[in-house]
Amino acid sequence: MNDAQTAGDAAPLELRIAAKSFLSADGARVDVVRDLQLRLEAGSFAAGLDPDFRGQLRTPGSGRLGIVFQEPRLLPWRTVEDNVRLALPADHANVELGDLFEILGLGSHLTRYPAELSLGLARRTAIARAFAVGPDFLLLDEPFVSLDEAIANRLREELLALTARAKVTTLLVTHDLTEAVEMADRLFFLSDRPTHIILEKALPPPRGGRSSDVVASISDEMRALVAQAAIAHAKR
Amino acid sequence: MLQRTYSLIALIAIWAVVAALLQSRLLPGPLTIGAAILTDTRTGELPFQMACTLGRVAASFVIAMILGTIAGYAMGRSKTFDRYADPWLVVLLNMPALVIILFAYIWIGLDETAAILAVAVNKLPNVVVVMREGARALDPELDEMAKAYQFARFSRIRNLVLPQLAPYLAASSRSGLSIVWKIVLVVELIGRPNGVGFVLGSAFSLFDMAKILSYAICFIVLMLVIESLVVQPLERRANRWRRRPA
Repeated sequence: MNDAQTAGDAAPLELRIAAKSFLSADGARVDVVRDLQLRLEAGSFAAGLDPDFRGQLRTPGSGRLGIVFQEPRLLPWRTVEDNVRLALPADHANVELGDLFEILGLGSHLTRYPAELSLGLARRTAIARAFAVGPDFLLLDEPFVSLDEAIANRLREELLALTARAKVTTLLVTHDLTEAVEMADRLFFLSDRPTHIILEKALPPPRGGRSSDVVASISDEMRALVAQAAIAHAKR
Repeated sequence: MLQRTYSLIALIAIWAVVAALLQSRLLPGPLTIGAAILTDTRTGELPFQMACTLGRVAASFVIAMILGTIAGYAMGRSKTFDRYADPWLVVLLNMPALVIILFAYIWIGLDETAAILAVAVNKLPNVVVVMREGARALDPELDEMAKAYQFARFSRIRNLVLPQLAPYLAASSRSGLSIVWKIVLVVELIGRPNGVGFVLGSAFSLFDMAKILSYAICFIVLMLVIESLVVQPLERRANRWRRRPA
């Protein structure tokens, strides 16, 4: 799925799904994806915006995948630290994780079980797990949903810092345009089912450092573009 | 705990009163039984017979749990396998314990293998039924997580599957232990030259109520001890991650 590794640590991600469907409970065929293609430059941070997109991007080709599911999906019977360590590949098993835990504010919670954590801490644990494996690609499935805004904002900042440090190619799936504009350097707007890309847009740098005015004006511009693209798409 | 003790004391007291009123050889009082237990313990007869029975209970329990867990897991995970294996399971579930015991003794012979196998086969279908439910209840989302992070097979079983199956394992071992020891006694009664079941059989032919009661009580007490010293602590350990009210 990904091309030959380019210079540096991160790898580009190229994704092609010709079609994907499943059978619903009443036996009808539901097409969830049709002709979806996207390419992410090495080390880039992209955001895909669509309600139905989640749950469809799961399989990496080669390269290591770090994934943060919308529900944290921790093992309830393992501590925070064990949950992170268990995901480590064999060649990575003794890696030092203290830094990562500190950055994510998990240092004092390592021996706790997931049932004792708030949603925010559980998400942080899931994010720690995704970074601990030393990923080439990072897939984030609405990782900030149902957190209160202050906590979500801090987590966004920490996540941007981590992706910059780890030189990882990231795809964030979200509904939140503002969040996407704040974090990503490329946006993919997706249609309803069957999912395909209706608009792809690169954002001017710097990623993450945009002021709220800039974010707001880019977001407005994007909304207008998406509306046009959707109309054009409907006519086709 | 205190209520349980009172209740037990009350039971023994009623027994003592009824025995004293009846003054019959058919219902010896608690003191007579206590004396009988002491005598047989001193001669070594009681510990030996209990050890024979306990060995059979342990062997058939372990066999039934291992085979039953594997089969139940496979049936819970694969619909095809379940469709093929389910009729066999229904047959086995409805086969009377006595019939299985007789088959085993006739086909294999009156030996230890037949005895243990007969008990294990009696217990097996219950384990399969419970473990199949457990395997069906495995969380597909955690499975997906393990696949994305490429958990090794052994790690997946140890960290994902077994903890989710733990309540089912606990349920089937607790119900299993009581089924197994009851059937072991029947197996011993029919075809073994030792064990608690054998002693009860010979005591029955002599109408020796004191012996029947003393061995039965000793074995029940032993099973209660195993349950509270082995099974319950294991269950608590498996459940320690659950959030407890402070």
